[in-house]
Amino acid sequence: MKLDKNNKLSKFSLFATKDKDNFNLMLNIKGIHCASCIRIIENSLCSDKSVVKARVNMSSERLNVTWKGPRELGDKLVSKVIKLGYELKPFSENNNSLRDLKEEYHLLKCIAVSAFAWGNLMMMSVSLWSSTTNNMGPATQDFFHWLSCVIALPAIFYSGRPFFKSALSALKQFHANMDVPISLAVILTTLMSIIETIQHGKYIYFDSALMLLFFLLIGRYLDIRAKEKAKESAKGLLSILEGTATILKDDKQYTVSISKLKKGDEVLVALGENIPADGIVKSGTSDLDLSIITGETTPQYIKEGDGVIAGTLNMTSPIKVLVTKKTEENLLSEIIKSLENLERGRTKYIKLSDQAASLYTPVVHILGVLTFMVWWLFMDYSWQNALLHAVTVLIITCPCALGLAVPVVQVLASSLLMRDGIYLKKASSLEKLSAIDTVVFDKTGTVTLGMPDLINKISKNNLKYAASLAVYSKHPLARAIARIYNGKLFKVKNIKEIPGKGLVGIINNKKVRLGKQYWYENKNIMNSNTLQLWLSIDSTKPCLISFKDKIKEDAFAVINKFKEYGIKTILLSGDKYEAVKEIADKAGIKKYYFSYSIEMKRQLLENLEVKGQKVLMVGDGLNDAPSLAQAYVSMSPSSAIDIAQNAADIIFQGEKLSPVLKILKIARYSTSLIKQNFMMAVIYNIIAIPLAILGYVTPLLAAIAMSISSLVVIVNSFRINFKKDLSK
Amino acid sequence: MNVLIYLLPLALFLGFIALLSFLWALNNNQYDDLEGAAQRILIDEEKNE
Repeated sequence: MKLDKNNKLSKFSLFATKDKDNFNLMLNIKGIHCASCIRIIENSLCSDKSVVKARVNMSSERLNVTWKGPRELGDKLVSKVIKLGYELKPFSENNNSLRDLKEEYHLLKCIAVSAFAWGNLMMMSVSLWSSTTNNMGPATQDFFHWLSCVIALPAIFYSGRPFFKSALSALKQFHANMDVPISLAVILTTLMSIIETIQHGKYIYFDSALMLLFFLLIGRYLDIRAKEKAKESAKGLLSILEGTATILKDDKQYTVSISKLKKGDEVLVALGENIPADGIVKSGTSDLDLSIITGETTPQYIKEGDGVIAGTLNMTSPIKVLVTKKTEENLLSEIIKSLENLERGRTKYIKLSDQAASLYTPVVHILGVLTFMVWWLFMDYSWQNALLHAVTVLIITCPCALGLAVPVVQVLASSLLMRDGIYLKKASSLEKLSAIDTVVFDKTGTVTLGMPDLINKISKNNLKYAASLAVYSKHPLARAIARIYNGKLFKVKNIKEIPGKGLVGIINNKKVRLGKQYWYENKNIMNSNTLQLWLSIDSTKPCLISFKDKIKEDAFAVINKFKEYGIKTILLSGDKYEAVKEIADKAGIKKYYFSYSIEMKRQLLENLEVKGQKVLMVGDGLNDAPSLAQAYVSMSPSSAIDIAQNAADIIFQGEKLSPVLKILKIARYSTSLIKQNFMMAVIYNIIAIPLAILGYVTPLLAAIAMSISSLVVIVNSFRINFKKDLSK
Repeated sequence: MNVLIYLLPLALFLGFIALLSFLWALNNNQYDDLEGAAQRILIDEEKNE
């Protein structure tokens, strides 16, 4: 039954790139868990003599194969791995879910250089601090100063680049970010220290500049790593439409990449394949799983001449489709485009750290200038000495603590969440979450399980008959039966799936049918919100099997907790009144909207936003995607379709609703920690700035004060790991 | 104090080597797949018989 799908998968060599006489193919691979997986895959590939290199990357779940010889050989290699039981997908470069290691590595190099230089500078700085003119001659002091200068200059130049670059680009657009004061402090400190060195001065601050860079680079690195990790966990757009399709031309079958399909192509869609393009059915009948577009679980019957939509799943029999729109123009691509526009139009959220920076920068710089003016004009200091005092103000107020305050908390919070299968796509979503006052839930798949479950009682024997047939179908109701029944099955002969109707087969010489009601003469009126199947054995009276989409078991408790927090809850669905009301009552949600279309949902969220409410949207279907992009902050379960996951800020795993609550708790706690960190930075500055202005700060004092303030912030951030009620 | 003349350069030199070897490892993709590397030590080497 599943063979049809595998046949198609083995055309991945189309995606291989040619490199001299070798072909190289990069694949996404799923299902690697341990060392033996790596060994089995690599060995089976390398046992083929034409394979030059085969390497599995476990962290990024990628497989890289290089082989000599014809392109088609790749298909053989790929099917070898598939037969081992691993799921493969071609990997395309424009897929922006790729984790960019380059930037991370660049920052790591900067950290390494600054750490090396700082460590070695300390060797000299400590001896300078602990010496007096009595035990260190001026020549030795000069030698130490020059040596420090030689080590520090290239290191500052190299590892300061991430800050200098970002500061420059901010200044070009006439606004200041956190990197402007950082760069200014580092550059001024360095210049002053060089002048001091040349003038045989007493104090140099190279070590302070490097320490500043070192701590800030760590903050920056954590920030990037959290971002890239989140990116990696989010699936690439359109992955349903990546891959290949079989087209029919002059009675011959060709395999082409889906992105190259043209209007007028005839595509063969096998059982269990996604429809690759928008079009009309040329021949054949089948059932389509439209859940990706409508969110409805009941499949739709299609026949010749009916329109089909790309991305939907062909469930019962192979069909031939005439493509009417090329890939970039199909419905799915259009929705994705509109999502990107929404994303861009989203009101720009100002991060906490940027808010702090916009306050911090002018205050510190004005203080620096004032210090210089007062010492120079009123205290009759030489301008060099006045400048020295002004620069120490800049150094001591170093934004180390500020730079670490946010990323350390965020990295700890996101790794805490990651352990429970919650992935943040943007680190700033935590800050946003802590401010929400309304939660909007989608019904199907979010508050409910999204899978039909048996609700009436049927005899064990009947269930066995039903299950024996059901295992042969991809129909959601049939799959539900197969899922519920776990015992031995009957042998079935002459099994046939009739599109739009159901399954027929011979079991124990009896004709057994499982399918829709109108297959039978008995025309019982069915309840609108139950899903039903009928089972008949020979000519006995058909037996009813009904299903219902069940509410998640913890839904009521979670909604109740939200109420305790004073957060409003709203249920939103495209489903009919009765179905929505029933779930809303069970979950304890008072406000609910039913029969809402994609656009109406988005509109509702826009209206809430205009009213000034900060809304968290939780949804999983394509019909929720625009609302997810519109909302202040949004979440999607990992069972959601790729496009919804892409539009959402946060993705959570599991069949429960409680992660929504948990992430809210963590978001609130981590935001309070970040605010505490800012407070500590402020208190530190209130003590340190007067000392610097008065000129009491020596390089030793600066080093101690700066490192203590950074450490205090880090230690405070770690409190998130010890908060007890978070880990439940 | 004359010992500084060669001890200081020696210390710097050793530190510099450590820095270089780290940069080398980073540039040669040694850190690309930390999870995989941790698992690979469990793979027995194939015996050529």
